[in-house]
Amino acid sequence: MNAILNDSLALRPTRRTAIVAATVAGGALAVGACSPMKLLQLGAPNIDFGAFGPFVRIAPDGSVSVVSKHIEFGQGSASGLAAVVAEEMDADWDRVKIELAPGNTKAYANTLMGVQGTGGSTAINEAWDQMRQAGAAARAMFVQAAAAEWKAPADQITVKDGVVSGPGGKSANFAELLPAAAKQTPPQKPVLKDPKNFTLIGTARVNRRDSHAKSTGAPLFTQDVYEPGMLTAVVLHSPRFGGKLKSFDAAAAKKVPGVVDVFEIPTGVAVVATGVYAARKGRDALAQVQWDDAKAEMRSSEQMLAAYKAIAGGETKAARENKADWVSYETKGDANGAFTGPDVLHARYDFPYLAHAAMEPMNCTARVQGNKARLKFASQIPTLDQMNLATVVGNLPGAIEIETLYAGGSFGRRGCIDSDYVVECVRIAKHVGGNRPVKLVWTREDDMTAGRYRPMAHHDVQVKVGPDGYPVAWRHRTVIQSFMKGTMMAGSSKLDATAVEGVQGSPYLKAIPVTDCQVATPVSPVTTLWWRSVGATHTAMVMEHTIDQLAARAKIDPVTYRRTLYAKAGADRHLKVLNLAVEKSGWGTPLTDGYARGVAVHESFGTVVANVVEVKLDNGTPKVRRAVCAIDCGVAVAPDQVAAQMEGGLNYGLSAGLFGQITLKDGLVQQTNFDTYRVLRMNESPAIETYILPSGAHPTGAGEPGTPVVIPAVANALLAGGYPATTSLPFVKA
Amino acid sequence: MTIQLDINGKTYAVASEPDTPLLWVLRDELHLTGTKYGCGIAACGACTVHVNGAPTRACQLPISALGGMKITTIEGLLGRHPIQAAWVRHDVPQCGYCQSGQIMSAVALVKDKPHPTDDDIDAAMAGNICRCGAYPRIRAAIKDALSAPAPVAAA
Repeated sequence: MNAILNDSLALRPTRRTAIVAATVAGGALAVGACSPMKLLQLGAPNIDFGAFGPFVRIAPDGSVSVVSKHIEFGQGSASGLAAVVAEEMDADWDRVKIELAPGNTKAYANTLMGVQGTGGSTAINEAWDQMRQAGAAARAMFVQAAAAEWKAPADQITVKDGVVSGPGGKSANFAELLPAAAKQTPPQKPVLKDPKNFTLIGTARVNRRDSHAKSTGAPLFTQDVYEPGMLTAVVLHSPRFGGKLKSFDAAAAKKVPGVVDVFEIPTGVAVVATGVYAARKGRDALAQVQWDDAKAEMRSSEQMLAAYKAIAGGETKAARENKADWVSYETKGDANGAFTGPDVLHARYDFPYLAHAAMEPMNCTARVQGNKARLKFASQIPTLDQMNLATVVGNLPGAIEIETLYAGGSFGRRGCIDSDYVVECVRIAKHVGGNRPVKLVWTREDDMTAGRYRPMAHHDVQVKVGPDGYPVAWRHRTVIQSFMKGTMMAGSSKLDATAVEGVQGSPYLKAIPVTDCQVATPVSPVTTLWWRSVGATHTAMVMEHTIDQLAARAKIDPVTYRRTLYAKAGADRHLKVLNLAVEKSGWGTPLTDGYARGVAVHESFGTVVANVVEVKLDNGTPKVRRAVCAIDCGVAVAPDQVAAQMEGGLNYGLSAGLFGQITLKDGLVQQTNFDTYRVLRMNESPAIETYILPSGAHPTGAGEPGTPVVIPAVANALLAGGYPATTSLPFVKA
Repeated sequence: MTIQLDINGKTYAVASEPDTPLLWVLRDELHLTGTKYGCGIAACGACTVHVNGAPTRACQLPISALGGMKITTIEGLLGRHPIQAAWVRHDVPQCGYCQSGQIMSAVALVKDKPHPTDDDIDAAMAGNICRCGAYPRIRAAIKDALSAPAPVAAA
């Protein structure tokens, strides 16, 4: 199954959850004939978006603003979407700006998710047709206006760089024609360009529209919101997952200069002050704080991992204690007795919890008056935030106002299913009341210890090899927490596809006659969430490193080994991307200075990426000096931004693979800041080359698929360099 | 009691507690929001400013220590520094949150070494974390900054 489809299903709220949300929010509602989508929109104001619709605004000076329904948190999709509109409009790209859409599910729903939200690397993919139509419709309105004014046939009118030209040397720019164009009726089915006539899409001219603002310190972020009378809140959270506040003494905290109020909220103790420093001092002054840990996670992550291994080994007691039931997928052929004898590779892999650790710790600003809530913050999934807040303030989801700001990174963290920090902020703002603006600021320590981690995982793989050295049977067991189970995002299937995507749908399994795959999802109070490239963060490593171990056993070159399996599976895109990376990397030529090459290929979110890396072990730390990246993402709207995402995605994955781990001791998170949660730095970034496979196919994504491939590529390079197979991450444990 | 701070050539009289880190005075008091909070322990570089020309983490710097010092923030570059122009040419920023700090570190580097080597760049920039991983472009932009000086276009 296609990972995008899985994710879109997973992210589609069920009718039941929508009804629950709306009912709680609005009291008795006539829901009989309402679809979930309608329910999510209840309470939304009717907005007149103007002549050119919700995505295109044209200023009197003729400059064009494209409204991005996707948040901008680094992935560059707002600029890509603007380029799609500008292409069909024939606007002057140098005068195109981007705006971020406010919360409005009706106008800005993600066509693949069914809710307004950014994720699954869907931005360009899901909005491609919609943005082309928006641009083409706007263009048609200028053409119609010019045709009427010049009494000329529309088919003799052309548009280029925001200038409309007609017969007899007539010419006018968007600014001059705007009043007449805005009065035109937009065509129902605007004529789209033949892609071979694109002049902007796919060219190096498509650059970011926000680079200047981001290079001058412009106030784009939630952290930068300052409003008259605004208060700053920090919260003391339970040090353990699942802990509940019992008691505290606020007397000393209230005496700290600048502290305005101290009060209990469901997630801990809120300290509200005139600024961050006073609020933090107030929090430090909280005394005699007692927590009830009766339902808290008290184990170490080491103990939890031991339980995972026991579950994977078939121990029913461990499975029962952790509420982990097995669910099958990718099952074919007769696996009984298939994994005996000497020709079996048995590989096991451990993956730690990972923090997203976006540069901007989680934060939010809100004002509440009665049941009205107005928020300004970097909302990744506004529909979800609206649904979660509806019950907090007792209003309809659509009535929750969200102005979307830029995010200082997210990597999935801001798309939290229960809107944890957003709900926390609104609860505080509700307590403060009176429409007074409140900014919730999480410190780095709050952010890093708050969970919503990439789940810890254990994979246990057995592969039976045939006489030719290629696999004939594949048994796969995965133990991993599900962040979907029990939430409003859970689909109707028992299988959480986000836990197994990448094993599920693997071309290798397609090429193998017997496959037997199961996943068990233990339960813990430790909270987990999607993390850039989601399931692929671990499945790519398991599949790609296992393949290299099989190739090594068979004494077959790993590129040849993959080519054979891709040919058998009909995985043409994988084959082409592999070949491109192999060709550009100089695969097979000798390397100097003790370096070895490793290769890996993985598809996520409909995009296939291959990496070839040059690695050597330097005092126990893998040093990656060069990384060659090949990608097939369909039409690359903004090739330079695709390259930027390959660079950044690779470094994000490399950071996790080399150093990333959140560990627990007695239920307490051991890493609290960048001194203990090591991340990749300038001197550790390889030189990265990106090559894009030419394609005319519908665009897929680039934000996430670059992340998971580098880790197995490094492991495979170490294997090629004579080191043992990698069985746990990160490569560098301390 | 107030403390006089010289920031971007202007004098500010600040009434904050003397132990308040410069970062929070810049942000919460003066609303000079270009300087970012990232870690609070001088481990990420998002709050880098110049103190008497030297790149310094503002999150660990109490204002009581800053009397008579010349402080420059990203706003003080006025959008006109060649490093900023190079950042735009190379489309360095992704999320952009760390870039004020990156730029302040890079500006200090090229002031001393207009044509830094890779090792110079590693040494000067390793204190600035970019979680988007824009390091290859940061490196390229630093190398390019003083070889093609062009003023950054107005927003």
